[in-house]
Amino acid sequence: MPEATTPNDDGVRIDLISGARMEGLTSMEKIRLILDSVRDGDIVVLEAGLSPEEESKLIEVTMTEISPDDFSGIEIESYPSNRQPDQGLVGRLLGKEEAKKLTVIGPANQIETLHKDEDLISALVSRK
Amino acid sequence: MGLLTNLKDSVSRVTDRLFADDEPKRIGIYGPPNAGKTTLANRIARDWTGDAVGPESHIPHETRRARRKEDVTIERNGKTVTIDIVDTPGVTTKVDYKEFLDHDMEKGDAVKRSREATEGVAEAMHWLREDVDGVVYVLDSATDPFTQVNTMLIGIIESQDLPVLIFANKVDLDDADVKRISDAFPQHETVPLSALEGDNMNEVYEKIAEYFG
Repeated sequence: MPEATTPNDDGVRIDLISGARMEGLTSMEKIRLILDSVRDGDIVVLEAGLSPEEESKLIEVTMTEISPDDFSGIEIESYPSNRQPDQGLVGRLLGKEEAKKLTVIGPANQIETLHKDEDLISALVSRK
Repeated sequence: MGLLTNLKDSVSRVTDRLFADDEPKRIGIYGPPNAGKTTLANRIARDWTGDAVGPESHIPHETRRARRKEDVTIERNGKTVTIDIVDTPGVTTKVDYKEFLDHDMEKGDAVKRSREATEGVAEAMHWLREDVDGVVYVLDSATDPFTQVNTMLIGIIESQDLPVLIFANKVDLDDADVKRISDAFPQHETVPLSALEGDNMNEVYEKIAEYFG
């Protein structure tokens, strides 16, 4: 988030990133954007979430960046997928994309999920 | 472009499967840490080959490398299926070495274990995207299945069009709740079992032969 500034160290910064902004990025650019923010102690809220493949890569890249006493990983929460198992090739050919899902990502040591169900995510965010 | 890529990928996947019918299917055993994946892999391997796959432990991340047991032939109801079992490290989005200190581990050993665990999770994700033909997703029936890791992994498996069976393990525990698991993932078949006690393994093998045969 180069155009934003951090006013002080007392609060927790939250970046709400629109689907339009993420749409123009490649998978690795999205993952880098997320992890750079989270490693700075920020919370990232994605309006449209990530694709399953991007989520898979996010887990993989996160694992490579974990280091003792520095970064212990991410907490990520989103609503469950609405994708139906029989969608398959025909579904995708007909343009039935997976529903976009709001996703919250933060440092594992600063964000704790209190409750999650099909339509509510409740989380506790703390300072470092 | 996206449409063409999807079409190409799907056709390629179908043709790969058609032409690879003689090869044993690689079935990945996935799930969160401590769900009993290695206990299940060992149970299947011992029942059909006499050998184990790897060591089991109550300490999370005992399995830190994907291990493959090749040519496990399962026979059920006149159906025979030969599979390679791939026992994978438990998937998570965070690993903190301090968790291992609670298991009477020295800091050096805990840091080493956490480093190996992170490599193992990354490896498991890579296998899932590239190298498995089907998935057995193992959950602990006594814990809440409605977690982000489970949601994401099931979504990733579905996006790959891989056949998947959900195994509700540890039904021998007093607080096991299989319905909670089948309710969380109603789009997939849930099979209850205890890999440790060997409960309901007949149905486990029937479903494996049916889904992956």
